[in-house]
Amino acid sequence: MMKKDIKKYKPEFLKEMLRQMLLIRRFEERAAQAYGLKKIGGFLHLYIGQEAVAVGSIANLDLKTDYVFTAYRDHGHAIACGMDINSLMAELYGKESGCSRGKGGSMHFFDSEKHFMGGNGIVGAHIPLAAGTAMKIKYNKEKGAVLCFFGDGAIHQGSFHETLNLAKIWNLPVVFICENNQYGMGTDFRRVSSVDDFSIMGKSYGIPGKQVNGMDILKVYEEVGEAVKRAKEESTPTLLEIKTYRYKGHSMSDPARYRTKEELEEYKNQDPILILKSILMENDVITEEDFQNLDKMIKEQVKASAVFAEQSPEPELKTLYEDVLV
Amino acid sequence: MAIITYREALRQALEEEMNRDKNVIIMGEEVARYNGAYKVTKGLLDTFGEERMIDTPITEEGFTGVAIGAALAGMRPVVEWMTLNFSIQAMDQVFNNAAKMLYMSGGQLNVPIVFRGPNGPAEFLGSQHSQALASVYAHFPGLKVVSPATPYDAKGLLKSAIRDDNPVVFLEGELMYAWEGEVPDGDYLVEIGKADLKKEGSDVSLITFGKPLRIVIEAAEELEKKGIHADVLDLRSVRPMDEEAILKTVRKTNRAVIIDESWPVAGMASHIGWFISRNAFDHLDAPVELVTSEDVPLPYNHTLELAAQPSTEKILKAVNKVLYIREA
Repeated sequence: MMKKDIKKYKPEFLKEMLRQMLLIRRFEERAAQAYGLKKIGGFLHLYIGQEAVAVGSIANLDLKTDYVFTAYRDHGHAIACGMDINSLMAELYGKESGCSRGKGGSMHFFDSEKHFMGGNGIVGAHIPLAAGTAMKIKYNKEKGAVLCFFGDGAIHQGSFHETLNLAKIWNLPVVFICENNQYGMGTDFRRVSSVDDFSIMGKSYGIPGKQVNGMDILKVYEEVGEAVKRAKEESTPTLLEIKTYRYKGHSMSDPARYRTKEELEEYKNQDPILILKSILMENDVITEEDFQNLDKMIKEQVKASAVFAEQSPEPELKTLYEDVLV
Repeated sequence: MAIITYREALRQALEEEMNRDKNVIIMGEEVARYNGAYKVTKGLLDTFGEERMIDTPITEEGFTGVAIGAALAGMRPVVEWMTLNFSIQAMDQVFNNAAKMLYMSGGQLNVPIVFRGPNGPAEFLGSQHSQALASVYAHFPGLKVVSPATPYDAKGLLKSAIRDDNPVVFLEGELMYAWEGEVPDGDYLVEIGKADLKKEGSDVSLITFGKPLRIVIEAAEELEKKGIHADVLDLRSVRPMDEEAILKTVRKTNRAVIIDESWPVAGMASHIGWFISRNAFDHLDAPVELVTSEDVPLPYNHTLELAAQPSTEKILKAVNKVLYIREA
C-alpha cells in the first residue's frame, strides 16, 4: 500500500473515525450473538464491511444543523451520529430504555435531538423525506444539509427518481448517497440495473454524480465533504455512489449463497477498519498496542450495553396506546 | 392424502398451472434464482426457465404495472410481492389499473392476474413490516380477495385464482408457510367466494379468515371443554364474501364473534358485523362482537405485539360476552 499523506488531518480526528468504525463492528457482532440467543428477533440487517461509508460521511456533519436519513440497515449510521449504544442495544432487545422505546426494533432507530431521522423500513420510501427536510432548511435559510443513505436496491424505485428531479428544480441542500454493497438482498446489482455506474443517474436530472471507493474512509470523507459544502454554500444536491461490500447476508436468515467465498475474501482484504488502522500505524499516529487497547475498551463498552439491555424493563402494556392518534 | 406444508401447496399450484397454461408467468423480487424470499417458488426456475420466472428489481409499482399490462394483453401473470407491506408501493397500479379496467372499458378489457404474498404480522418486524391489508384490498370494487388458512384451501384457491379472468389478491402468511395439512394429489379447485365450515357447533358462530383460523380453532376446542360448541366458519374468500354461509351459521347459533387480524376501523370485521346486523337482526340473541388487532401500528417489542393482536383469550372473552357469561 502506498503511504498516504494524512498531515492535513488532526490525529484525534483520525483516531475518532477509527473508534467509531470499530464500535459499529463490535456492536453488531454482539447483536448477532444476541440474535443467536433469541434476545433479539425479526430482521437484523448487519452493516459489517460498510462502516467507512457511514462514519466517513457523517464526520462532515454538524448535527445541530444537519440531518441524516437512512434505510433499515441503520445501526452504523446511528452510531456515527453519536447515539448512545446502550439505547441502541436496548432497542434491539425491545426494551423501554431503547431509542424508540422498544417500539421500533433494529430497522427503526430514531433520535430527533441528534437529527437521526431513522431507520426506515420500506426500500426507497425515505428518499423524499430527506428532500423534504432539506426543503425546511432552505425555507428557514438555515446553514444545514441533509445526508440521505440508501442501498443499490433502492435506486430503481420511482421515489428515488422523482426526488432527484424535485431536489434539482427546487435546489435543495441534500446529498443522496447510494451505498452500493453490490447485492439488493440476493440479487447482484448488475442483474437488475440498466447501467453499472449509478453515479451517471445524476446527469439525467442535472445533478453532479460521482463514484467513490467506500472501503477507504478518507476518500469517503473528502468526497462527501465536497458534496456537503456544495449543499450548504450553493444549495445544490449531489448524488454519490459509494462502492462498498457487506460481509454478512442481507439479514440473519440469508446464508448469502449467491456470491463466492473468493469474492468475500477479496473484500475482507480491503477491510475499511484495517486500511485506516495501517495508515495510522504507518504514520505513527497509533501503535498496535493502542489499537488493541482501543478494541478492548470498545468490547467492554459493547458488553456493558448488552447488560444494560438485558436488565432494562420491558415497556408497560399501556404504552401500546401511547403516541398514536385515536 | 399426502400431508404437505402450506408453502408446498402453493408451489404445487404454481407448477401445475404453469404446466397447464404457457401464459402463466411469475414475476417479483427474488422469485427465480433465490427461489423466493420465503421459498414458495423453489425449483420453478429450473423447470420453467428465465422467460417465465422473472426476477425484478425492487420496483413494486413498476413491475406490478408491467404485469397488469401483460395481463391486459392476454397473459396470466402471477406477481409475487415479497410481503404485502411492499404492495403499498404498488397500490396505484392495482387500484387504478387492475381493478377498474374492466369497468372503465365497458367490459372490453379484463385483467387476469394474481397478486400474491405474505400478509399480516409475523414476529418482531415492527410497524412497517407487520400489516394486515385484507380490508384495504377488499374496499375496491373490481378486485377479488382470498385468504386461505390451510394447505388444501391454499392450493385449490391459488389454482382458481390463476384461472380467474379478473384480478385476484391472494393473501398468505409468513407464519403459515410451515403449517401442514392434507392435500390430495393432482388437480382440484376451491371455488372463490365459498366459505368452509371448519368445525360444527350450535352455540356460537366464530367467523374468520386467514391466519387467525388457528387460534379460533384453539378457542373452539377450549370452549368444547366447557360444553360450549362453536361453529367455526372460515370465509376463505374475503371478496366476494359468502353471505349465505354467514347467514346460515348466525341463524343457527344466534350469536356471532368475528375474528380479523387487521384493524377495527372500517375493516372486514366491522363490515361483516354490519352485514349480520342488517340481515339477521331478528336472529341475534346478543350484539355481534369483534376481535381485531388493537387500533395501533404494530410495535416491535414481542409482548406488546402479541397484546396488539387477536388471541385465544380475547376470543374466549368475546364468546363469554355474546353468551352473557359473567367471568369469574
